[in-house]
Amino acid sequence: MIEVKNLTKKFNGFTAVDNVSFSVEKGEIFAFLGPNGAGKTTTIRMLTTLLKPTSGLIKINGFEISKKQDEVRKSFGIIFQDPSLDDELTAYENMEFHGVIYGVPKKLRRERIEDLLKFVELWDRKDELVKRFSGGMKRRLEVARGLIHHPKLLFLDEPTLGLDPQTRNHIWNYIKGLNEKEGMTIFFTTHYLAEAEKAAQKIAIIDHGKIISQGTLQELKEKTKTDSLEEAFLSLTGTTLRDEEAGTLDHMRMHHRLRR
Amino acid sequence: MNAIYILWLRQLKRHFRSRARMIGSLGQPLLFLVALGFGFGPIYQRAGGGNYIQFLAPGIIAMSILFTAVFTGMEIIWDRQFGFLKETLVAPVSRFHIMAGKTLGGATVATLQGIIVFFLSMLAGFRPEYIVMLPLAFLFMFFISLLFTALGISIASLLEDMQAFPLIMNFIIMPLFFLSGALFPLQGLPKAIGVVASVNPLSYGVDGLRGTLVNGASFGLHVDFMVLGIITAILILIGSYLFSKIEV
Ligand SMILES: Nc1ncnc2c1ncn2[C@@H]1O[C@H](COP(=O)(O)OP(=O)(O)OP(=O)(O)O)[C@@H](O)[C@H]1O
Ligand SMILES: [Mg+2]
Repeated sequence: MIEVKNLTKKFNGFTAVDNVSFSVEKGEIFAFLGPNGAGKTTTIRMLTTLLKPTSGLIKINGFEISKKQDEVRKSFGIIFQDPSLDDELTAYENMEFHGVIYGVPKKLRRERIEDLLKFVELWDRKDELVKRFSGGMKRRLEVARGLIHHPKLLFLDEPTLGLDPQTRNHIWNYIKGLNEKEGMTIFFTTHYLAEAEKAAQKIAIIDHGKIISQGTLQELKEKTKTDSLEEAFLSLTGTTLRDEEAGTLDHMRMHHRLRR
Repeated sequence: MNAIYILWLRQLKRHFRSRARMIGSLGQPLLFLVALGFGFGPIYQRAGGGNYIQFLAPGIIAMSILFTAVFTGMEIIWDRQFGFLKETLVAPVSRFHIMAGKTLGGATVATLQGIIVFFLSMLAGFRPEYIVMLPLAFLFMFFISLLFTALGISIASLLEDMQAFPLIMNFIIMPLFFLSGALFPLQGLPKAIGVVASVNPLSYGVDGLRGTLVNGASFGLHVDFMVLGIITAILILIGSYLFSKIEV
């Protein structure tokens, strides 16, 4: 479903993603983990046509991304890490906008919007402007919106960021259901390693733009001689804080997102 | 097609939902009409120009369209900063359709704005001379709107944030407005200013409005129409190209 070869992205000389290669099989749940500023979001931006790679090859659903942008865009859905709602529209209008631009037929669209808004417990407030929502409510709306059209491949960039444990569980069950029922391929990032431990069939760990290890949970644990994903993660990426300039920037972004 | 419609609808909702934005965008033309109209009226009359409000109103309508159109086009910058642009750009919709939806949305908002200012100017004493020409005047408004929305989108595609906004305002928008014949007749101007005015697309918009509303076109209505049409087409092409290059 995803094939990445020697993918590199440089921002004015700074290498955010450094010669990364990996592949994700159809129907797989794939976790892309790494410390702040490791290059996860940058990789996802390239995989989703938002950013041009400096070099390297990406194939999504069999289509080469630089040549078949439209086919590629038809193949995936995404829930962004950063805010992406229109604050001046209501919750319902945001959902409707998404359903329409993704070409979901009217009847199905209305049904799914209602189901999903009920699922994230925003149905009562569907006609309120999004700017009056709390951070967590906005996040729930973004998650719901990302699930209106059922793509073959779903990117989730820290989907549960800022959500309470109940909601996180709830959402993960839903996503796993989609994976089982529709064979939807899931590519996600998270800093809640327990989520990755429970959901992921394969895991890649990226640090400073390079993939430092990939495999199943079992393989990672064996390789690092640890017995949890968290220990494996720390043993691979070290325990130093990512407080270089990039790290703090990302941190600020995250605070911004949590406060809004 | 549906995508174009929903993008269009979004622009309209955003504009007409924000009362501050509506009032703000009507305040300026009103101020210009009243201050300039009544302020320069007597001098204009004495100089033999006739009724200044009759001359000024089409210019002020064009001004409000210019500002509204460029602003709504430049809203892309806000969309980028607040993150909504990503949502639009990953969708399986051709870039040209996105551009079309945004341009039509901005142009509709600006045209409606122009029509509102038209009625406001009637409160200030303006009287259109031929009612039958009104539809043509509205068509001109729509052309001016399209042109400058496409310009706004082109500019916005090149900018990362609003920091360059004062620059755009002072070096593009204001000169376009002041050197367009909106406020004074283009005949008998110093050569340099006349030349600048004749390459300014807004001059043809103002001229077209004046031609249809008070019968005072100096370039001629079909020249106005042709020039506006051609420049609009070119700007839409440039805008689509720049827009398709946006990375977020
Ligand atoms: N537009 C940009 N210009 C310059 N540098 C950038 C840009 N976007 C990202 N970077 C840098 O690229 C690096 C990787 O950022 P990225 O957002 O991919 O990290 P991440 O792995 O998603 O981190 P987090 O867990 O904090 O979300 C960071 O150092 C970041 O500052
Ligand atoms: Mg990230």
